[in-house]
Amino acid sequence: MAQLIGGLATSHIPAIGNAIARGLQQETYWKPFFDGYPPVRQWLGEERPDMVVVFYNDHGLNFFLDKMPTFAVGAAAQYHNADEGWGIPTTAPLNGDLDLSWHLINHLVDKEFDITTCQEMLVDHACTLPLKLFWPGDCPVTIVPVAINTVQFPLPSAKRVYALGQAVGDAIRSWDSTKKVAVIASGGLSHQLDGERAGFINKAFDLKFMDSLVNDPQWATQFNSLDLVEQTGSQGVELLMWLAMRAALGSAAPGAVREVHRNYHIPISNTATGLMALACA
Amino acid sequence: MTQPARQIPGTTPFDGTQARKGYALNKMCFSFNDAANRDAFVADEEGYMRRYGLNEEQAAAIRSRQVLQLIAAGGNAYYLAKFAGIFKLDMQDIGAQQTGMSKAEFQAKLNAAAFQ
Repeated sequence: MAQLIGGLATSHIPAIGNAIARGLQQETYWKPFFDGYPPVRQWLGEERPDMVVVFYNDHGLNFFLDKMPTFAVGAAAQYHNADEGWGIPTTAPLNGDLDLSWHLINHLVDKEFDITTCQEMLVDHACTLPLKLFWPGDCPVTIVPVAINTVQFPLPSAKRVYALGQAVGDAIRSWDSTKKVAVIASGGLSHQLDGERAGFINKAFDLKFMDSLVNDPQWATQFNSLDLVEQTGSQGVELLMWLAMRAALGSAAPGAVREVHRNYHIPISNTATGLMALACA
Repeated sequence: MTQPARQIPGTTPFDGTQARKGYALNKMCFSFNDAANRDAFVADEEGYMRRYGLNEEQAAAIRSRQVLQLIAAGGNAYYLAKFAGIFKLDMQDIGAQQTGMSKAEFQAKLNAAAFQ
């Protein structure tokens, strides 16, 4: 069976794409953010996953309001990035893994998740940036993107996203393959771009949430979507991706995962940025 | 009795009401993923808005460049950001505009959050 080695979570912000393109990683503003990544890269260098499942939210590149899936699973041989309208460089296409895609799709529908499947899917910075941050050179992994709607309410509940993550993890562990797989969450942590409340950040909640992922991962499933907006800002709800990632790692019992590394830095752009790497024990 | 909708100050969750209200505006902003469309908008803003069927509230909000007005007209933050991109505004410009702060004041507010 395939081996699920662990999970990674990182914030994504378009400005990071510009900072990478312009080589600003060691500038004063960026250094506390980028310096979080080398320990994670070292761990990945030791573990060498073959493929990753990426939980992310589309920001209006692939999906418009004409058709807005709650959960969408990629089933493409290649995923292209494209102009997102805000001036960040378009990045190289990413290779998909069709066997894992269809294994996930079959498993998820069998477990009664009514997902949308996508044989064509543009992936935006939320999907591409984590891969660039974890593997700054050529991307050595194939991917299966899983998009979770955070654009239009009603959003899937934290509880439902947790269940989706659990099912993705079960699917990976039951996949008849010798491959090593990791799961990635892209999003959060607290931030709000819109309204008079723009600039909202909640450090105490973010830190509590990161702690909870290690030994009490179901803690955040008590909150409904508006609770999460109130606590983390209207885009802070992207922490749903982190919840799916952690749920995929399996048991919620203390000691089920080992924290490899974390970083937390305020602010990059308007966002409280977080980074976590968790290994399956 | 229907419960009054829960209010979060300074926040307009993009729900069904907003999605219905803002469809034309958001569809126009979604088109700004394409550089040719951004150029076409800049070349003829009024004609471009008519082509997407914006109502007067939405057209006035676009002309005003005011994000709060665009949200009130049904705009969604993710699509509106593509409109802001035409003018090379970053998220601190937009945050400053919505909160009535200078950009420096808004950045200071963000920096201060590290010491919460």
